[in-house]
Amino acid sequence: MKFGVIVFPGSNCDHDAYHVISKHVGQPVDFIWHRDTNLSSYDAVIIPGGFSYGDYLRAGALARFSPVMNSVKKFAQSGRFVLGICNGFQILCEAGLLPGALIRNRELHFICEHIFVRVETADTAFTNELERGSVLRLPIAHAEGNYICDDDTFAALKREDRIIVRYCDKDGGVTDAANPNGSRDNIAGICNHERNVLGLMPHPERACEDLLGSSDGRGIFRSLAATLAAVA
Amino acid sequence: MKAKVYVNLKPGVLDPQGKAIQHSVELLGFNGISDIRQGKYFEIGLDSALGEAAARESVSRMAREVLSNPITEDFSVEIEA
Repeated sequence: MKFGVIVFPGSNCDHDAYHVISKHVGQPVDFIWHRDTNLSSYDAVIIPGGFSYGDYLRAGALARFSPVMNSVKKFAQSGRFVLGICNGFQILCEAGLLPGALIRNRELHFICEHIFVRVETADTAFTNELERGSVLRLPIAHAEGNYICDDDTFAALKREDRIIVRYCDKDGGVTDAANPNGSRDNIAGICNHERNVLGLMPHPERACEDLLGSSDGRGIFRSLAATLAAVA
Repeated sequence: MKAKVYVNLKPGVLDPQGKAIQHSVELLGFNGISDIRQGKYFEIGLDSALGEAAARESVSRMAREVLSNPITEDFSVEIEA
């Protein structure tokens, strides 16, 4: 199995993602510059966090027009796995690979802190090693993480079990007080209808070592590795 | 020829920036403000040879596909000779 980490001008969590794949997943991984378009040798690509194109216009809006994004669309359509983290989630929404949008945080300011999320489904390639209802402690670092979507989209996300993680308190209670940014229904991560494209606002790649305050993010990468091992 | 594109949040989409601006303005003593919504404004210089109809079509497509996010924003286009 081989991973790729896409690098846009302004990506800044690319090395974290690379580190986690090479050190903790123990699999080959390449950086993919945003002008490259050949993804044929990869089984999964990660669109990392950061400020692609300086967040000009809207977060993620300009990265969507980078040459690599057409390839990412085809890659996703072929059933291979795409994980977008933070700015990566914003890019996937702007590109139409995930529904909805991420707008300015309810309280306006940039939030950088550890929060808790509850795993809402283990039925994805990204969470199958986790238990539904389990609570992960992960960092967030964003100004535009307030997930919104229309009622039809929200109904489809619920009906199809596509809400992957929701902001909660340390005991797993999904409350408004535990919602850091105003996201609809405390949504912190969703997947597409085909379940192979995942967008997450929290940063599991920054939570894979106890030294960094939490290693709860490992389960996401362990799940993806287990899925790819089973496919291979 | 010049195009003016206004991009505004759809009604109902939370605009915390607009709310914060409204709060500041009210602190300064401005009264009778029911709402402030913040949007974006683009001026696009165009080749006059395009003609108004083609310019409007082209800029509208640009606004739909790039300048706005149709999930959260509406836009309007004005063409000036």
